Amino acid sequence: MNEPTRSTHTLPAPPLMTPAAGLRFTPTWTLFYKEVLRFGKVWLQTVAAPLVTTLLYLVVFGHALGGRISVYPGVSYTAFIVPGLMMMAVLQNAFANSSSSLIQAKVTGNIVFLLLSPLGPGEIFVAMTAASIVRGVVVGLAILILALFYLHLPVIHPLWVLVFTLLGAGGMGALGLIAGLWAEKFDQIAGFQNFLIMPLTFLAGVFYSVHSLPPAWRKISLINPFFYVIDGFRYGFFAASDISVWLCLAVSAAFAAVTSFLAWRLLRSGYKLRQ
Amino acid sequence: MSPPPAVWVSGLRKAYASHLALAGVDLAIPEGEFFGLLGPNGAGKSTLINILAGMVHRSSGRAEIFGFDVERDFRRSRQMLGVVPQELAYDPFFTVREFLRLQSGYFGLRHNDDWIDELMAELDLADKADANLRSLSGGMKRRVLIAQALVHRPPVVVLDEPTAGVDVELRQGLWRFMRRYNQEGHTVILTTHYLEEAEELCSRIGILQRGRLIALDAKDHLLARFTWRVLTVTFDKDPGPLPETLAGFLSGAGENTLVLRLDQSRHSLGAVLTALQDLPAQILDLHVQEPDLEDAFTDILGNMGLEQP
Repeated sequence: MNEPTRSTHTLPAPPLMTPAAGLRFTPTWTLFYKEVLRFGKVWLQTVAAPLVTTLLYLVVFGHALGGRISVYPGVSYTAFIVPGLMMMAVLQNAFANSSSSLIQAKVTGNIVFLLLSPLGPGEIFVAMTAASIVRGVVVGLAILILALFYLHLPVIHPLWVLVFTLLGAGGMGALGLIAGLWAEKFDQIAGFQNFLIMPLTFLAGVFYSVHSLPPAWRKISLINPFFYVIDGFRYGFFAASDISVWLCLAVSAAFAAVTSFLAWRLLRSGYKLRQ
Repeated sequence: MSPPPAVWVSGLRKAYASHLALAGVDLAIPEGEFFGLLGPNGAGKSTLINILAGMVHRSSGRAEIFGFDVERDFRRSRQMLGVVPQELAYDPFFTVREFLRLQSGYFGLRHNDDWIDELMAELDLADKADANLRSLSGGMKRRVLIAQALVHRPPVVVLDEPTAGVDVELRQGLWRFMRRYNQEGHTVILTTHYLEEAEELCSRIGILQRGRLIALDAKDHLLARFTWRVLTVTFDKDPGPLPETLAGFLSGAGENTLVLRLDQSRHSLGAVLTALQDLPAQILDLHVQEPDLEDAFTDILGNMGLEQP
């Protein structure tokens, strides 16, 4: 069959003046809004449940160990674990938001509506990561507000609190995108959460200072990026940390940058989305 | 200079690890056409549509929507295209109105409620506007899929098996809707297993088989290739043996019934009827069957030694 004829282009006016590239506000905002609306509609599962779990940790660990352990001078053990628990919830929920949204859309087939749209990989990345940050922040703030009813908690450097929240939640939102793209069933996401995210967050110094660990465990903790996010976040509250806050910043930023770059690359290539 | 076609595909190939889905397809669909894409299962119809929609990467060749390459200029090509997917996909978190607003936003439209209301009214979805998508019947979900494809008013619409599994009433309604949409100047590409549907709606037909476009012609031309007619004659009693002039046309017989296959270009129906009246039985009924698209489809695939859908 011969090649079909095609005239030299005199393009008809598109229905909308869509730029060929760049980050467009309305499509990006819409996807962000949809992702926030999605977790907002199931707030009992996405906000209330992690809040209750964290408060249980706080009550059980705080009461059981509160009188026996002192980590930083002038800081009670219960107060010490609050920032760690907050950040743990922020990390886990930021990951859960993007990963569950993607895997649900893939399994149920409604990912097609996103794929048919003119949203570019950068726009999808920004919208979904931002929504993950919002969920992490909402859960973290809820824990902080409830904790303030329970004990005195200083926030000496709020800017550091903000910076580590954004880096931790952003990095985990991006990691959730990677997991959601890679996984083909819910089981695989659950495996990712239970065998990687959960152990890494638990072993990131939420309940203890790494100085209290034996040297071998201390070394292992130092290769865990979540340790740096939590330690830097805690510095924002108490102006005290296990290691330099600048090193925490560098590692947290590197973690967020690497996961973001990988997520963007996978989205751009259409990995497991576009055959 | 004339404008580019609505859809332009040249040398389009798609190879998977195990098979070749498209083996070099060339196709141009002008603006405003109602085009039917037919073929048996696995012929490559969905692959072709998915490449146009940006859901499948091509291996080689070119594909453009109104001159915009579907990969290099995907934002503009997707802005020009609305796709009704074959699968009944839906997002269980949202209502019909929320879903259509979100789809509008993906296409850069922030205040699209007037058009959304119009679409819902056209598709009899207005009273379901605030119902969760999960609660809708299959037919209603199919209507929502059509609404989402049209929510950004695309000049090209692809309907991938749009009436699969829907009842006759809804099918007729969707036909009317699609015909009117096409008459307003939009290009419509229809893939369907219902050849009656393609015959009813499409002005031009392409038939894909094993990744190749084996027929591409106006529907009327495809049908005009078939000049034979089937004449079924019912008598009041056994008409006995046929005269020699008619015996060659006999393609079947039943109780008091004869089935004759005639070539209209060579055989006069009047002469045949005269010969039949000479038989020793009275004619009670006559039925002439014209060839339809299914016959054309069967014949084309049959000539190539290929199976039918």
